[in-house]
Parts: sequence; structure tokens; C-alpha cells
Amino acid sequence: MKPGHGDVLLAEGDPEVSEDEERLIAEFRRQLDLGMWAAVPTSEGTRREATMVRDFADVPRDAERVVFFPPAAGG
Amino acid sequence: MSFFLATSLVVLAALAVVGFGPSLAERVRRRIPRRKIQERIPAYDPGRERRAEARARELLRSVVSADEYAMYLELGFIAVEGAEGDGGYGYLLYPHRPIVAFDAPTGELLNEYCVGFPDRSEPEVSQRLPDADDVLAKWMSLRAGERELISVANMHVPGRQVDPGQAGRDLIRLREWRARRVAAA
Repeated sequence: MKPGHGDVLLAEGDPEVSEDEERLIAEFRRQLDLGMWAAVPTSEGTRREATMVRDFADVPRDAERVVFFPPAAGG
Repeated sequence: MSFFLATSLVVLAALAVVGFGPSLAERVRRRIPRRKIQERIPAYDPGRERRAEARARELLRSVVSADEYAMYLELGFIAVEGAEGDGGYGYLLYPHRPIVAFDAPTGELLNEYCVGFPDRSEPEVSQRLPDADDVLAKWMSLRAGERELISVANMHVPGRQVDPGQAGRDLIRLREWRARRVAAA
């Protein structure tokens, strides 16, 4: 998520392919270094949920995507 | 004669430098960073904001349930159940406004949680997410870690920023909207 843009595709690939995985890990770390939060949307039937992840290893292998967004701050 | 004129010009130039130099230098100094910031902050473009909101809505649609997405489009907010305790409470998620907690059985407003998602990765450009992204950020944060989000937010009694009358009417609209969805199904 980005102000003035909506969502922006940062990287995509198959984590089973080592080159893709390296690129995905690098982008994941870069976003966390920028201070972003990372969430993985999940679903069980019609119910939708989300899980926060702080390490690439925590991302489920079958996850379709990771959404990065700015961290919450008291308003 | 020309020597006298040249000397006068030199003296006048020196006096001008002494007299106006500092204020001129200050004005130049002020203008340079302002120009740099203006170059980084794109001019407000309603088309760009509209496209950003359209993209944000598409992301929202792909993450939340169909009911929640329809709720956002038709009512302008998303209502979610609280996950802690007996679940007898919920939250109204408005774009760029505090999260409003309410008692589900009675509709009584409980608290306002002031929280934002400012993008500080580029401090000199706009930090404001599109409306649908702001709602989605609240939704994901609540779903993934309600307690963590609430602990970050500033808590206030109802009515500090969101008009309690409006929130009450929104809860009535929500109840009617849900009843229509059930009837139509």
C-alpha cells in the first residue's frame, strides 16, 4: 500500500525456485527495514482472516501474497 | 570623470552587498530547499487519487469477505466483530477516522481508538493512504492482532472525533443493511 498509488507490486515469484526465493526474501527484508508491517491474507470458507508475519520463514508456503503497509501509530 | 564614476559604482556595489547581502542570501537559501521539496511533492491530482482509490478497493475486495466489501461500498465503513472475550462487541472501521468500538447487543458506543497508518518511508511526500487502503490496514491489523493494534491506539470516550449520533445511525443502517442482505439471499 502506498499513498497516492494504492497497492504496488514489489516482487513476485515461486518460493520453490531458489532465485525467486532470494529475490522475495530480499524484498521482504527491505520492506521490514523500511518499517513496514507485513500481513498474509488467509481464508477459511467464506471467512477471511489475516496473519502478521515478521520473518519470511513465517510466510505460509502456499500464501498467494504478502501485503506490506505502514505501521499503526496512535492518532 | 570615468574614474570617479567607476569608483562610485564600486562603492555603491559594496554598500549594496553590506546592506542587502544577508537578507538576499537568506531569501536564496529559503528558496532552494523549497524548490527541492516542490519537486518531490507531486501536485494534487484528483485523477491520481481516484485511480489510487480504485486500486485500493480492488485490493480490499480481494482480501475481505464479499459481505464486508459490499458493506464498505454501500455504507462507507466495515463492521467487524471483536475477537477477545465473549465477542459481544464490535468495531466500526471508517477511512481516516478513529475505530469506534460498540456493544453488539445494545449498540452502545464504548470507545474511540485513534490510530493511523502514516507512511513515513518518504517523509516529504504525502503520507495518507487511499481510503480503502486505510480501512484494509485497520481490518488486517485487527484480524491479525486486535490487542496489539488497540495497545498502539489512543483511546478516548465516544464522541471525541466521531459524532456519536452519526455512529448510532450507522449502526442502525448496518442492522437494516444486514436484514436486507438476509432477505435477498
